[in-house]
This record gives sequence, C-alpha cells and structure tokens, in this order.
Amino acid sequence: MTSASLLVQILTGLAGASTLFLTGAGLSLIFGVTRVVNFAHGSLFMVGAYLGWTAGEWLRALLPGSAAGFWLATLLATLGVAALGALLETLILRRIYRAPELFQLLATFAVALVLRDGCLWLWGAEDLLGPRVPGLTGALSVLGVPFPRYDAALIVIGPAVLGLMHLLLTRTHFGVLIRAATQDREMVSALGVIESRLFTSVFAIGAGLAGLAGALQLPREPANLGLDLPAISDAFVVVVIGGLGSLPGAFLAALLISLVKAGCVALGTVELGGYSFAFPRLTLVAEFIVMAIVLVVRPYGLMGRPEGALRGPAASPIRPEPETPRSRALWGLAIAALALLPWIASASPYTTVALVDVFCFALFAMSLFFIMGPGGMHSFGHAAYFGLGAYGAAIVLKATGWSMMWGLLIGPLAGFVGALIFGWFSVRLSGVYLAMLTLAFGQIVWSIIYQWDAVTGGSNGLTGLWPAGWLSTRYPGVTPNAAYYLLTLACVGSAVLVLRRVLDAPFGLAVRAGRDSPLRAESIGINVHRIQWMAFCVAGTAAGLAGVLYAFSKGSIAPDLVHVGRSIDGLVMVLLGGVESLAGPLIGAAAFTLLQDSAGRSFDYWRAATGAAMLVVVLAFPQGLAGLARSIRGRAKA
Amino acid sequence: MTRTAGAPPIVEVRGLRAWYGPAQILFDIDLTLERGSVVALMGRNGAGKSTTFKAIMGLLGRVEGTIRFEGNDVRGRPAWHMARAGLGYVPEDRRIFTELTVMENLAVGRQPRRDDAPFWTPERVFELFPNLGRMRDRRGGEMSGGEQQMLTVARTLMGNPRAILLDEPSEGVAPVIVEQMASMILDLKREGLSVLLSEQDPGFAGAVSDRACILDRGQIRFDGTMQSLIASPDIGHAYLGL
Repeated sequence: MTSASLLVQILTGLAGASTLFLTGAGLSLIFGVTRVVNFAHGSLFMVGAYLGWTAGEWLRALLPGSAAGFWLATLLATLGVAALGALLETLILRRIYRAPELFQLLATFAVALVLRDGCLWLWGAEDLLGPRVPGLTGALSVLGVPFPRYDAALIVIGPAVLGLMHLLLTRTHFGVLIRAATQDREMVSALGVIESRLFTSVFAIGAGLAGLAGALQLPREPANLGLDLPAISDAFVVVVIGGLGSLPGAFLAALLISLVKAGCVALGTVELGGYSFAFPRLTLVAEFIVMAIVLVVRPYGLMGRPEGALRGPAASPIRPEPETPRSRALWGLAIAALALLPWIASASPYTTVALVDVFCFALFAMSLFFIMGPGGMHSFGHAAYFGLGAYGAAIVLKATGWSMMWGLLIGPLAGFVGALIFGWFSVRLSGVYLAMLTLAFGQIVWSIIYQWDAVTGGSNGLTGLWPAGWLSTRYPGVTPNAAYYLLTLACVGSAVLVLRRVLDAPFGLAVRAGRDSPLRAESIGINVHRIQWMAFCVAGTAAGLAGVLYAFSKGSIAPDLVHVGRSIDGLVMVLLGGVESLAGPLIGAAAFTLLQDSAGRSFDYWRAATGAAMLVVVLAFPQGLAGLARSIRGRAKA
Repeated sequence: MTRTAGAPPIVEVRGLRAWYGPAQILFDIDLTLERGSVVALMGRNGAGKSTTFKAIMGLLGRVEGTIRFEGNDVRGRPAWHMARAGLGYVPEDRRIFTELTVMENLAVGRQPRRDDAPFWTPERVFELFPNLGRMRDRRGGEMSGGEQQMLTVARTLMGNPRAILLDEPSEGVAPVIVEQMASMILDLKREGLSVLLSEQDPGFAGAVSDRACILDRGQIRFDGTMQSLIASPDIGHAYLGL
C-alpha cells in the first residue's frame, strides 16, 4: 500500500466520520436532556434519506442541473425529520417520561417498526438511487489517487455542524437551558423552565440531525429499508464510546471508529508467523471491538461522566408471588394440557411445530428476564448465548458424529462459557453502558460466526442437523414432531422451573439486592459483581439450551440466529410480557412468536401492526401483558 | 409590608398526604405561610421536611390534600408552573449546574419581571452575595460548598419569586456562611418576600423566623410563634432532641 492510497483511506474514513457523528450527536443530545434512549433514531436517519430523495427529485425538476436543488432538498429533509421528531415527542414520549426506561426503549422500538413500514408504504421496497450532486461529481486527485469530491465536502460538514452545535450550546440562552437540563432536568423545571417545550425542541433538533445525516448519505448509498438498524447501532456505538451527552465525545468517537476501519482496510492481509490474517474482515466489527476496549478501560466513555448512567431498576421491584396450592395446580394443569397436545391436535400438525418455536423463545426470554428483571442488567446481546448454544452443539456434533442428546449438554455449556467471559466484563458496568457492552459482545460473536466459513459455514450457516432417530420418527395418532415437541417441553419446563427456584433461593435474593441497592448489598457482605456474574452465567446456560433445541428443531442454522435483531426480539418479548412478574417473559414470548408467525405470513405491514400493538401496551398498560392480567384479576376480586 | 386585610396566605397547605412509591411519608399536614413572614419547618432527619417542600412544588408523584398559592389551588401543577407563579425553590442538596458558570446558572433561573415582586438582575444578586460577583465565569463545580449554597439561592431569586421554599440553607456550610444566610433571609423579608425555611438548627431558625412548625414522622406536632416554642422546652426535647 502506498502512502497516497493510505491517505485516501484516511480521508474516506473522515468522510464517513461526518455522517456517523451527525447521527450520534442527535442521539446524544436527546439522551442528555430527556434520558430517553431513542431506538427510533436509526429510523429517523432512514426517513431523512427517503425525504431527501423525494425532495431532490422534486427540486431537480424545478431547478435542473443546479447544486442548490440538492442542498435545498437536504435542508427540507432535515426540517421534515425535525418536525417528525417533534410530533413523536408530543404524541408518544411525553406520556412515558416517568415510566421505567425499559418501557421508553420498547416505545421507541415500536416507533422504529412503524416508521420502517411507513417507509415501505410510502416509497416501496425498491432501493432508491440518490442523485449526483452538481458541482461535486467526479473526483479530486490526492497525490495521484482519485478521491470523490462529495466525500471532501462531507469532511468539512461534520466539523462545521459540531462548531454550530457548540455555538448553540454555549452562546444562546436555549443552549444554556439544554446544558442545565442535561445535568438536572427536574431542577430546571423547578426554576420555571417549561420542560415539555424544551424537550420537544431538543427532540426536534436531535431528529433533525439524524435526518440531515440520512439526506447527506444519499449520494453515497441509495435510500433503502435496511438503513435503520445499522444506523442505530452505529449511533449507539458512537455515543457510548464518546460518553453519553457529550458532543465533542461523539465527534472523537466517530473519528476513532472511522480511522480504525480505514486502518483495517489499509493493512490488508498480514502474514504473521505463518498465519495470515485478513484485517479488512475486521471492519464489520471494528467499531464494536473499539467500544468494548473503551468501555473496559473507561466505563463511561471517552468524555462521559458517571452521572450519565441510566437509573437502575424498574420503578417497582418484582416480588414473585409465592407458590400456592392453587398456582401449583394451575401450572401443573397447563403443563399436562401441553403434554397431551400432540394427541389432541393430531389433525393440525402445525400446532406443535409452532409451539416448539414458542417454547424455545420462552426459555430464551426467561433467561434474558433472569438478568434483566431481578438482576437489573439490560442485555442487548443476549442472542449471543442462544447462538453459541446452537452453533457450539452443531459444530461439535457434526465433527464427532455424536448423538444429538449430547448437544443438550454441549449447547448449555457453550452458552455458559460465553457468559463466563462476556459477563466478567459486563457486570463492571451498569445501565445503558452495560447494555451497549453486551451489544458489542453480541456483534462480535455474530461477525465471527458470519465470517468463519471453514467452521461455521459463514453466511450459509450449517445444515443437516437432525435430532436422534427416535425423536424424528413419526408415531401414529400424534402430530409428526410429537417426540421432539415433548422433549422440548420437558427441557424448557424443567429449565424454567429451575430458574424460578434459583430466584427464590438466597442466590436469587442476593441478585435482587444487588439490583436494588448495590451499596447496601456490598455492605452486608454480598459480592455484587460476582453474584451478577454468576447470574449472567445461569442466563447464558439457559439461553444456550434454548439455542440447541431451536437449532435441531429447524435442521439448519444461519448467522441471523445471533444477529442483533434476535437480541431485540428477546427484549421485546420480555418487555411485552412485563418485567415485573415471572410469567411475563413466557407470555411475552408466546404472544410475540405467534404474532410474528401469523401476521408475518399474511400481512405485508406486520411490523407496523406489531409496533402499534406495542405502543398501545406501553401507553395503556405499562405493566406489560402479565401486569394487565394481574390487574384484571385484582379488579375481579375487588 | 403589604398585608391586605382578608387576603389569603401566600402558601396554605391543608391535609397534605404524600407518598414515595408505596411508602406514605406525610400524614395530613397543615401549614400556613403568611405574606411577608418567615416560618421555620423544624424536625429531625427523615421527619418529612424536604418531602413537604417537594410536594408543594409539584415534584412528587402522588400527593393528596389541598395546596393553595395565593388562594389558588395548585396541587398537581408541574414545578415550572409553581416557579412561574412566583414560588421559588431552593433544594437541600443545592443542585447547582456544575458544568455551567455562575452567570449561566443565574440565566437558567431568569424569569420576566413581575409587578408585585422585587426584580432581580445579576448585579442586584451580587449586591446580596458579593462573593459570587467576583467569580462570574467560574464553573459551579469549582466552587466551595458555601459559595454553591449562595449560588442556589441567587439562582432562585432570578425568577423574581414572591415566596421561597428554602430547604436547609445552613446544612454543611461554614459558620460564617450560616451567618450570611441568616442576614440574607432577613434582607429578603425586608424586601417583602415570604420564606418557608426548613431547618434543624434552632439557633438559626430562632434568629430569622416568626413562627415554627415541628414535623415528626410525617406529622405536624407543633405550630406556634418562635417565643412559644422557646417557652416550652419539653417540645424541643421530644421532637428536636434538644
């Protein structure tokens, strides 16, 4: 690699840093003032790209061949997304500022689903190619190597926006209020500042920045429906590395990530002691590796402060209802009914197939609930343990030819080992930083699985995973997968029972103590970090079991098993069911899996439908579905 | 002093009950702050003094009973509404904006001029607290505890309040600052402001207050003039540990 092409790599990195910074800056600003982690931020970025495209088409007809058309379209997209942000804040977020932060996450995630299908409806599923910007087409020559003019413009825009934001924050009264509210919004309100107006305007500005980033990305990348997830994950990473609420931090983080990626590309494949390693492959995870390192060394990001952490637990702590003869009888009855189902439903074979999925995700959700509810640790990368279980068992069994039953040991073990390693780092953090570190680990696992073709099958995954012979035999008078169904029911049922016992045991009490008051728990002799670490391991083991069961029910596995989308599904299941009761994750998993299953096949806009349902749940029943059931029962008693 | 006959008290609380989550903290509190007076709300740590202030200010989730400000029912109003109506709040733990300079802290508290209350500018505030005037561009986080305490009061004054809820102004500051705080309260009273003060130090409370109310475990145990409190040592012994 010549020094000229290295320089171009660095310049390309700097151009990427600009859009990365713009997206992250908006997220950071919104979080700083409202304390809402806006999961819909990537969607706002996507809407910005689409709006920019539409406005661009429109203005190109009015002002053919003029660069002003593009910049005006970008401005319109920015304003449009800002207005959308203001609308979202007023209609939805304003109602849930006092709700536990997990419900805010759920609500913004629901908004993301709705916005995605909104874009599908308005702009269709085809990629929309962006315009070339008049005056910025073609390339500059950097020491003889071509470098796109438009990228050069981007390099200027990022720092320019940082400068403008700095002026806004330090030189205007509004900026002073924003900075004050970032530290203590309640006090700002007690001094007579109308909180709701401040929040709406901050949300609008943050959304506008995301829209600007989306519109600016258009000449480099077509507007498409896949923009939202990478954008939100990039934005999170930037904000967490930089420190929540710090704009210079976000800028620094964007630079760091972009330069590390450029460096990976520039290094190419390196031979070291006989091994060759392709550094460009690292670009998929470079940002997550950087984030993991930064968080381990500086737990609050490069320029963040400890008080930036989220409030800890859910507002009302969970108090598992004690087992009564009646509840035990109910559980027993439910399990007996499920066990008899292969005979009852022998006419509709799909029932037990669908329920195997439900059981696997119920255990997955239960294991996530275990660290989230009682543990107060919000894992955003829980699919890692699910995937480690599935892949671990599949790889070992394929290599050795052992029976699938060994997989029921190997899978949980793989999940346990993963949790042992990642948990050790994660429990040292809390709140949103912990969530982001778990996300980073999840993405690292995903990218290894995705890229290690020789072992994991890469993007094709592994096929030909068959359960032991007696499990796949078709027996007369029952549904075709009856044996596997019953095995899954037995495994999931006993795992859930064990998890419940563990929560009631002194260990479970210690986990809850560590969540409610780490300081007091420490002072009565509980090693909070170790207890949390152990809880992570328990959860990882259970998720690993769910992973194996799922893998062998499908016969094949692919990297999407470990994708961040799967982790988010898990979060949604837990939140939908309610974090405050043990039945919650089970109900949530069942509702979510069945809904996705039935709606996903019959209805193009199932995401929007799911999102709308989630919004109704969050706004009307902040206790989740299980809490809703409980309150109906309570009302019936009264 | 503008005490119109028949005008309602500036702050009037009747049957106030308040909760933190599931725990009830206040039980049927009655409190009256007459215009132009200074009332000390006394009691041990955990008696409910700060909770009373937060309940009046609209900073608690669940509050029952009646809260009147200048005769208007204001229970359930957000904090910003109370501040704009003319009720200033100085929290116990200061809560200054540590990243902001002194001038910026004052700017956050700034509200438009009110006809019926003293009008404060940074310059007027610095007359009251000359120390602050010498550190206008210093960041809040770089100030001593006493200076921060002055800044909290100054910031609230910038909203041109007619009455102030002053939570433990003497807590954790040097004796010389405590003296300044006492004379500041008397200055504010001369300007026509009413002050509801929470205080554990009977010396401080006695020096500035017209009346005293004693809170114990969320209930009012004594309400009377400062002289009558001093005249009944058993009350002080029972509730204030004197």
